Amino acid sequence: MMTNQAAGEGAPVRGSRGRHAGPAAAGQPVSVQRAELVGRVRRGLVACRAHPLVTAGGLVVIAMVAFCFLGPALYHTDQTHVFLSQANLSPRAGHPLGTDGDGVDELGRLMKGGQVSLEVGAAAGLLAAVLGSLWGATAGYLGGAVDGAMMRIVDAAIAIPAVVLLLLLVSIYRPSTAMLILVIAGTAWLGTARLVRAEALTLRVREYVQAARVMGSGNARVILRHIAPNALSTIVVNVSFQIANAILLLATVSWLGLGVQFPSVDLGDMIGAATQTISDGYWWQILAPGTAIIVIVVAFTMLGDGLRDGFSADG
Amino acid sequence: MTAYLTRRMLQAIAVLLLVTLIVFGLLKLAPGGAAAAVLGNGSTHQQFLLQYLTWLGRILHGDLGYSRRLNESVSYLLAASLPRTLALMGISTLIALAVAIPLGLVQAVRRGRAADHVLRGLAYVFYGTPTFVLGAVLVLFFAVDKHIFGAEGPQAPGIVGVVTDVRDLTLPVLTLALVTIATFARYMRSAALDSLAQEYVEAARARGAGERRVVAAHVLRNSLVPVVTLVGLSFPQIVGGAVVVESFFNIQGMGWQIWQAVLNHDFAVTLGFTLVIGIGAVVGSLLADLGYAVLDPRVRYAQR
Repeated sequence: MMTNQAAGEGAPVRGSRGRHAGPAAAGQPVSVQRAELVGRVRRGLVACRAHPLVTAGGLVVIAMVAFCFLGPALYHTDQTHVFLSQANLSPRAGHPLGTDGDGVDELGRLMKGGQVSLEVGAAAGLLAAVLGSLWGATAGYLGGAVDGAMMRIVDAAIAIPAVVLLLLLVSIYRPSTAMLILVIAGTAWLGTARLVRAEALTLRVREYVQAARVMGSGNARVILRHIAPNALSTIVVNVSFQIANAILLLATVSWLGLGVQFPSVDLGDMIGAATQTISDGYWWQILAPGTAIIVIVVAFTMLGDGLRDGFSADG
Repeated sequence: MTAYLTRRMLQAIAVLLLVTLIVFGLLKLAPGGAAAAVLGNGSTHQQFLLQYLTWLGRILHGDLGYSRRLNESVSYLLAASLPRTLALMGISTLIALAVAIPLGLVQAVRRGRAADHVLRGLAYVFYGTPTFVLGAVLVLFFAVDKHIFGAEGPQAPGIVGVVTDVRDLTLPVLTLALVTIATFARYMRSAALDSLAQEYVEAARARGAGERRVVAAHVLRNSLVPVVTLVGLSFPQIVGGAVVVESFFNIQGMGWQIWQAVLNHDFAVTLGFTLVIGIGAVVGSLLADLGYAVLDPRVRYAQR
């Protein structure tokens, strides 16, 4: 899949031509440089139009990251003190998304909670994808009894629902942020392992893998230098899905009261608190963080889907 | 076929043993002497393997442990909560299938047209919606605002009372069904697209079969095979959804029990229930594979 891409066929590969043109462009007149730049931007736009899912998903992800991490610099709110006189206000001037049960501004809380959701989600998703890829590549490459044993372990762990396994693990280990990342990754890597194993099964019989073995490469070297990099398109797509999944898992355990602990907060926490008073009809306390989760998860899913389509079209 | 059956059964047994090993490992990790509480104090100095085999022997005799917090055996709690969960999962899965199969089919037949795009967009949104957000939105609208359905699940003591309590059962079932529909419809769409590209579809068209007959007799029937097996494979995800739905709607099923047990560090219950769910999932995936082999002869021949 990735091997053909290097040849630069089909969809434009951004950067490859620009890099060659780099040193020569230095001595050229400004107009040529500008034409070069315009051409590059135009090629970028064409690539964006050819992959609308990647573009839309990517833009939304960037927007959400900017909102959560840069937002607090522009929109100042007090996220540490309780203002009971301001509790449960509906959206109005001064509180565009209303306030929560402690009188804390909901929009500011959304940024703070979104930061944790994105940080933990990205870290756990990435870790899960790396863990699963290594496991799957090893099983698929070695094959035989080792493959059988490794994949039966995956089968067994997948039999236990992720939410249940996650609940069990957070009840055993105190859920600090670092522990949550490890635990979410520890329950989420199984799907990746299956995917990458299937990929490794087809890669292990390729000539370059056999050549590497004949030249005396050890198993570890073949897996890390040949199998994993050539399964990279599968892995990259999977990272995107894993982040979406990790954000959902984190929100679920937080909502169940076993995730991120006070005073830290994530989007699931906010909905959990609002669920306690749902019969009072404070809809903004549920719709605001709920929409934020949906937007983030959908963006990462679209990004993954788009990347997969793009890779399979190019490959 | 027999060889395939035997191999698949042996695999399932190995996976089942690994599930018990994982659950036992978690029990050993649990703080507060949870393992000693289950195994008895004399076990503290025994080897891991001996402890595991003792525990496994008890499980095989139907002794899933004892909850000191609730002063009930885990088997009793299971018998009390399992029917509710099965009813919730069964009804919502049937509804999800009934909706997702036609939806996926429509998407595949009208691929790239407006209906496909709209449904794909909806599938994205529902896939990205956490179960509890969906439940909360439904409760806000149908229960808090309009007073059409109850905000809490059925609280009747018996299973008959639960199933007949339509007012209270609607929202939990709807929540779980909507989450599942997104996954099923997506799968059905790709299965139907695969069938549409097959030669038998082309052959049927060449014979002069109308589009309606091609879709109903060839595409639908052939795409149903993978979708029906998908139900067996999605068991863990559906249970995961049920945990959240039961916790949200306060339905005293298995998921709710697990949640309460986790909050109260009642490891006998969490691990006993987890084991039962794991066994259910392994059996589900075994049945899915066997069903696939029975329904689709190509699988039988390929696996020989």
